[in-house]
Amino acid sequence: MSATPLLSVRGLRKHFPITGGVLAREVARVHAVDGVSFDIAEGETLGLVGESGCGKSTTGRCILRLIEPSGGEVLFRGQDVTRLDRKALRALRRDMQIIFQDPFASLNPRHTVGGIIGEALEIHNIGKTRAEREARIVELLETVGLRPDHMRRFPHEFSGGQRQRIGIARALAVEPRLIICDEPVSALDVSIQAQVINLLEDLQERFNLTYLFIAHDLSVVEHISDRVAVMYLGRVMEIAPSRELYDNPRHPYTEALLSAVPIPDPRIKRKRIMLQGDVPSPINPPSGCHFHPRCPIAEKHCSQEAPSLRETSPGHWVSCHVRG
Amino acid sequence: MAGLTPASISADLPGAAAEGQSKPVSRTLDAWRRFRRHRLAVVGLVVLSIIVFGVVFGKLLWPTPMSAIDFSASLAPPSVAHPFGTDDLGHDLLARMIFGGRISLAVGLAAMLVAVGLGVLVGAIAGTAAGRVDTFLMWLTDLFLALPQLPLLLLIIYLFRDTLVRLFGEEGGIFLIVVVVIGALRWMSIARIVRAQFFSLREKEFVEAARALGASRLREVVHHMLPNTLGPLIVAATIEIANAIIAESTLSFLGLGFPPDVPTWGRLLYDGRNYLDLAPQWAIFPGMAIFLTVLSISFLGDGLRDAFDPRRVL
Repeated sequence: MSATPLLSVRGLRKHFPITGGVLAREVARVHAVDGVSFDIAEGETLGLVGESGCGKSTTGRCILRLIEPSGGEVLFRGQDVTRLDRKALRALRRDMQIIFQDPFASLNPRHTVGGIIGEALEIHNIGKTRAEREARIVELLETVGLRPDHMRRFPHEFSGGQRQRIGIARALAVEPRLIICDEPVSALDVSIQAQVINLLEDLQERFNLTYLFIAHDLSVVEHISDRVAVMYLGRVMEIAPSRELYDNPRHPYTEALLSAVPIPDPRIKRKRIMLQGDVPSPINPPSGCHFHPRCPIAEKHCSQEAPSLRETSPGHWVSCHVRG
Repeated sequence: MAGLTPASISADLPGAAAEGQSKPVSRTLDAWRRFRRHRLAVVGLVVLSIIVFGVVFGKLLWPTPMSAIDFSASLAPPSVAHPFGTDDLGHDLLARMIFGGRISLAVGLAAMLVAVGLGVLVGAIAGTAAGRVDTFLMWLTDLFLALPQLPLLLLIIYLFRDTLVRLFGEEGGIFLIVVVVIGALRWMSIARIVRAQFFSLREKEFVEAARALGASRLREVVHHMLPNTLGPLIVAATIEIANAIIAESTLSFLGLGFPPDVPTWGRLLYDGRNYLDLAPQWAIFPGMAIFLTVLSISFLGDGLRDAFDPRRVL
């Protein structure tokens, strides 16, 4: 890690109010993201894993301010994103982009591919003439492995993998530093997943991109990430370099998660750690450590006090009273 | 996108590639090509064109004056002298329909534009602003839906008719008030459609993507949300034309619209209803004209919707 991280998230929180009654008063809150902190260095890929509903995507969208965070700081190159006014935010959009999960929902069905990619250029006045913009669109299409004549086609004429490439080209159009990949391969066939992942890795090398890679597929994350953060119910449980996390998980939740990854060899038997019960509701998260009701090694004070992230070995941060 | 077949999933097949390299067609030309595939829409276009042509140029082809009274031919059935027959005063019905059609079509189109304009405005504001603005606008919409329309029409027309007639002349003033009143009482369903579409589109990832690229609110609405609302909007708009033509006839019937000597189609229909047994042609021809207009506009709307939807295979 370099001295100053490109992106630094500090105590990020997002609470969605639930309103009810005639006067639409707030009756409860969904604690989607509940104090998340991490850093990403320039050129690095941080994997963000966790099961559905743990706040991974909300975290990603809060960083971009597609959702307004309820609290905390998001420092991009030392500048607090959460406090930017509209104009400054617009300028920031050139530095931070997002790739979406669903390649079918993320492209406007009424625009051509050229229009979709060109929109970024139009908004930010990149390229003065039409010909200049068109040349840039062609260049982007070729960068992501599509043909120039695809420009005049509509999104529905493409396969899922091709559409995801279009989404990537759109994100690249503004030459961002950081790209938030919100489960970019979850909706694709396994064979296509590899292609898209390889493309993302090539692009990272070529343009020195920084990724926040959100996923629930642990093997995909292991492959692409330099470091991995594990989330559970809106909080980060463990952050460690990728290899270290997979070889030597310290948090009991990470252990359970990793034991669920299938091994392609049927002869190898592994001890599955079966967690009891379901993920508690983020409306009423458990007191203390969010994981304590399901934790196999929970102790008394786990239910009273929330643990904070502690560095157990260099670069390996764990949020656990027992193992930390 | 259930129910839609992808046009070509095989972008890499040699055949598809060859097709891709063929000369690029302009968007309008392509839409026209797609429109022609929709047989009913083409029929609708032809029928509507004939009606519009007849109404605009019919005076030249059929110069019989519409107010010539001929008691000897009162309530006559269709004949060579009077192709559509005559009414109780011996007016030539074809001539009257040619004149009245202009007003009916103009009222239908203009009132639709007013209704769509208001509806899109209210629906789009409610759908993008959400929160309190949305609640207020939906209250307003419900209020308008709950209003007893006829007494309100009466009131508005009694209050403003004379002023408008003084300002814009007899026909202009009445046209204006009829169009505005009909349009202003019929925007609610359109507002609801647009709002509902916006609510679902707002959460779509492609709108979020535009936001992430730095698109302004206006750009989001104009480039991403409105075009995707077009399908249901076109259908609703064609229904509005039909509704407006009929609403105008109700007004004329009550003596609140155009004066009795202006034979709009609705007026003719209502006048003819007392003579259904003696002179069915009096009601049948204007009725058919309204029916054909409405139907062909509706097919035309379907065709337009499909032609401008790139996902649809045609």
